[in-house]
Amino acid sequence: MNSVQYILGIESTAHTFGCGIASSEGRILSNVKSEYVPASGGIHPREASQHHASKAAATISGALKEAGLRLNDIAAVAFSAGPGLGPCLRTGATVARTLSLVRKCPLVPVNHCIAHIEIGRLATGEDDPLVVYVSGGNTIISAYAGGRYRVFGETLDIALGNCLDTFARHIGLSHPGVPKLEQLADEGQKFIPLPYVVKGQDVSYSGLLTMASRLAGECDRNDLSLSLLEVAYGMVAEVAERAIAHTEKGALLLTGGVARSKRLQRALSFVCGDHSARFHVVPPDLAGDNGGMIAWTGYLALKEGLTVPVESSYVNPNWRLDEVEVPWRR
Amino acid sequence: MAEMRLIKKGAEAELYLTDWMGLKAILKRRIKKGYRNPDLDSYVRGSRTSNEAKLLSEARRLGVPTPVVYSVDKRGCEILMSYIDAPPLKRFVDGMSPEALALTFSRVGEMVGRLHKGGIVHGDLTTSNIIPYSGILYLIDFGLGEHTSDVESKGVDIHLMRRALESSHHEVSSAAYLSFIDGYRRVMGDLSEPVLKRVDAIRRRGRYVDVSHRKGA
Repeated sequence: MNSVQYILGIESTAHTFGCGIASSEGRILSNVKSEYVPASGGIHPREASQHHASKAAATISGALKEAGLRLNDIAAVAFSAGPGLGPCLRTGATVARTLSLVRKCPLVPVNHCIAHIEIGRLATGEDDPLVVYVSGGNTIISAYAGGRYRVFGETLDIALGNCLDTFARHIGLSHPGVPKLEQLADEGQKFIPLPYVVKGQDVSYSGLLTMASRLAGECDRNDLSLSLLEVAYGMVAEVAERAIAHTEKGALLLTGGVARSKRLQRALSFVCGDHSARFHVVPPDLAGDNGGMIAWTGYLALKEGLTVPVESSYVNPNWRLDEVEVPWRR
Repeated sequence: MAEMRLIKKGAEAELYLTDWMGLKAILKRRIKKGYRNPDLDSYVRGSRTSNEAKLLSEARRLGVPTPVVYSVDKRGCEILMSYIDAPPLKRFVDGMSPEALALTFSRVGEMVGRLHKGGIVHGDLTTSNIIPYSGILYLIDFGLGEHTSDVESKGVDIHLMRRALESSHHEVSSAAYLSFIDGYRRVMGDLSEPVLKRVDAIRRRGRYVDVSHRKGA
């Protein structure tokens, strides 16, 4: 087929319901999203899924309108099938199945983590980078080898974004917490020792969160924010550096919601400088969860015939990045 | 001062080939990291240097071949130790015959078993940190190691080895891991069961493990 194809992508793994449209030429024509923000505390999966269900129609029609397309122009519907929160994934999948049945077009399941990598590759034009993927739910150091994205390091417990968000809430900062923590950190003077836990290529953030939260009443907020970010980012930078030394990749790609952090960008660009590697950051509008990345990855999968019949289009809340064959990289 | 020649710039440290009392020696210098806060950086480098020096010697007493430590400079974050003149195991794995692979990894398993039995975990078990030299496997790079009698830490140690095999040697990782476990069991005896059970638990606990993979694998 020579003509341009348009793929519609649905994202609904956690707090964001997103719909984006990608063209087979690698353009993101629209990327509309609606974010569930809890009144207090973290994400409640059921409430998030109810939010997604209520916003789905408007988000999808918004994305089509912004792209200047009608549903009939869409060649395939892609959806994030995991990993993520079960109720949220099921809502997104239901919407995607319906669209695919109505439009009578193929349905393409996409791994959410792979979509974060592929959108970064597309946006930065870097073909084969070491990937540092950091978000509220994931902390993964990955690189392509032998048909799959291999995991070189990851968190042994909670994700980087989860650690920072939870601490931000603990000290009374409103959502989104990370930019506010960074502002406080910029005013910090004194470094307070906190648990720095690197095990092999892996990191652990649970002890850091516990300790920082415990000190919240006693220490200066600015100093504590500075120390928390330095330790948390220092750990990621260290395992990223080990991975880049080990894999000898010539470039590093920072992707995922926490990729927007200036302080983390600074740390990783230092690492790249030391190892003569190019440093790339996914653009801010494609950093957080979005439907555009699902649409684009859906197109890559569609080209390889990786579609799924509606009857067996199950979601998989525990779908690991390194279980997925990525034939488009061969 | 003996002549020093930079032979490797790793992620964490620089290695210089030098001379100590007429013997070939390696100076390992943990370098300052610009990406870390300076206070944090000197704490991390200093504690890993003294940790590594201690554990290198203690591991050898447990029958695990390691370089001999000649001197330590904690402030300069330097360790001077004997030089093992050979490439790491990582370079040989992919070309190995199935028999050589089984033999090598069962010996790696025995080595880790001796370490764990003696109450030490390595903290960074990879094929880059094992050097085969004249029929002996040397274990290096103890900076992330610790003394422990904890089943959890031993489990994490083995989990990391398994993951390193999967990411760097994905074609032979299952066979290598099975041989590793054979060797580990041989040395640890009954003590190995709680650890290996924990390895599976750690893997299950790992983020995103497919339910169908939870039983076997």
